Amino acid sequence: MAFIEVEGLQKNYGPHEVLKGVDLQVDRHQVVTLIGASGSGKSTLLRCLNALETIDGGTIRVNDDVVSGPGVDLNRLRRKVGMVFQSFNLFPHMTVEENIAVGPVKLLGEPRDAALQRARELLKRVNLDHRASYYPDQLSGGQQQRVAIVRAIAMRPEALLLDEITSALDPELVAEVLNIVRDLARDGMTMILATHEMQFAREVSDLVVFLERGRLLEAGPPEQIFGNPKEERTREFLRQIIEAGRL
Amino acid sequence: MTTLSPAPRSMEPAVAALATAVLLLFFIGTLGGTVRSGITSAELNTFSLWVIVLALAAGALALLSALSAFLLALRARKETAGGNVLAARASAAQSRQNTFVTWGFSVAVVLAFAFTQLLLMNDGNIQRTFLQWDLMRASAFDVARAFLVNIKLAVISQVIVLAFGLVLAVARMAPGRAGAPLRFMAVAYIDLMRAVPAVIVLYLIGFGLPLTNLPVISRLSPDWFAILALSLTYSAYVAEIYRSGIASIHPSQWSAARSLGFSYVQTLRYFILPQAIRIVIPPLLSTFIALQKDTSLVNVIGTLDAFNQAKFYASSSFNLSSVTVVAILFVVITIPQTRYVDWMLARVAKRTRG
Repeated sequence: MAFIEVEGLQKNYGPHEVLKGVDLQVDRHQVVTLIGASGSGKSTLLRCLNALETIDGGTIRVNDDVVSGPGVDLNRLRRKVGMVFQSFNLFPHMTVEENIAVGPVKLLGEPRDAALQRARELLKRVNLDHRASYYPDQLSGGQQQRVAIVRAIAMRPEALLLDEITSALDPELVAEVLNIVRDLARDGMTMILATHEMQFAREVSDLVVFLERGRLLEAGPPEQIFGNPKEERTREFLRQIIEAGRL
Repeated sequence: MTTLSPAPRSMEPAVAALATAVLLLFFIGTLGGTVRSGITSAELNTFSLWVIVLALAAGALALLSALSAFLLALRARKETAGGNVLAARASAAQSRQNTFVTWGFSVAVVLAFAFTQLLLMNDGNIQRTFLQWDLMRASAFDVARAFLVNIKLAVISQVIVLAFGLVLAVARMAPGRAGAPLRFMAVAYIDLMRAVPAVIVLYLIGFGLPLTNLPVISRLSPDWFAILALSLTYSAYVAEIYRSGIASIHPSQWSAARSLGFSYVQTLRYFILPQAIRIVIPPLLSTFIALQKDTSLVNVIGTLDAFNQAKFYASSSFNLSSVTVVAILFVVITIPQTRYVDWMLARVAKRTRG
């Protein structure tokens, strides 16, 4: 049984169908990459997995437990599945270490001192321990995104959802963020990421999924999707990416 | 070969500025002379003379500036004739600058002078009605002591408003179907209280509640009726301010907190409200200043505040100078607060830009 199972997932915004029945299985310790044009449903899929959006059809299972539909303790689900956003979304009124410790303290009941101590240890792993007492607006975009990843990790999630986490960054700051994702993949973190960084997707993924207008068009190991895609639309998408010099 | 476009027009404006300055001096002389001829007391006579001398001195400064504009315009004309267009531009620009200074300064002098003449008109009757020094001094102590009542009413109401306004704002934004009745009640309350004039609320509560014979409530002192009325009214305004602050927090902050596993209420408490309150402090203070001023309405229900005290003096002396004292007291406590709000707004603007 896969760790995360999505079956026939549908999501509408009013009359607009964003997801038209998506099936997806993600095993523990797997890294799955969602690729596709803007508006293909990548972000919506991730937000549905974290129940930030209500869904209009299908089921989502995490660890063999149905987590879609009424009566689910969403707050408990979200503690198990962490999320990192394109625009970092750090809490601007808290220092870096408070951003990281607030979840463990308020939700997991960890003592404040211990949580702050652990926050600084985690920061050390991403080379940001010297920024622990800074406020988010004093950091670069890359630094903020690294803090956002650490904030999600601090909740000890069983899986991470990464929603285009390098799209809002200046090019020279992308690598420092991707290196952390690479480390997490090596440590065996289960991850689903939406990205436009094809080179990175190719290197780090166990499974690449191509979404097209709310449907899962093609899925396979990176060698196959990038080397020999079956679908014409996948081919065209990748050709455009190559023309733009992004692969 | 470069072709230089000519210096801006400076001669005509400079001549106009000269005319303005001369007109100003003429205006001061005529108006001052007319008003002075109606003055009988020796004290006011000296005062009006001083005002005219000062105004004429200010008018002379305007004339000086206009003269300088004129001379610079002449120089610009000479430099243009001599082919030095760049120098002519500089002179013309300086000339125009002085022209505008003349105009701006003249307007200020006219307004200030006209105001002093208004006070002195009709043998100083306006001054005597509103600003009679001995009456102001005689009433000042009692009025200032009664002003403490205004301050007490304001401070207690403000504390209540801070809390009750927040409750209203959160109720107004209560989510989902369960929140619908709360939202409805909050909207109805806010609409109602913002529609009814504060003085009407005060009147209804101050005279109505004592007639109801309710235990405790109908036996409260007028001070507490005033506090109740002001709190009920201003909570509605403050609720809307809180709401605008909460709404101004980007939805991504909700996403971030909810994705970590925080509930709706926890998200509001730990992340949204702390940010929202920081944003609304300046508009909150502005509303509080309005509340302070409205404490003077309590005289309609007989509370002995500064205004009511001043009215006693006014009716026994047939003169409004004591009421002017109240006005001055409000100015004295309000201006530091408005300056503080401006300073804070500037700081917030700098922070959000920076």
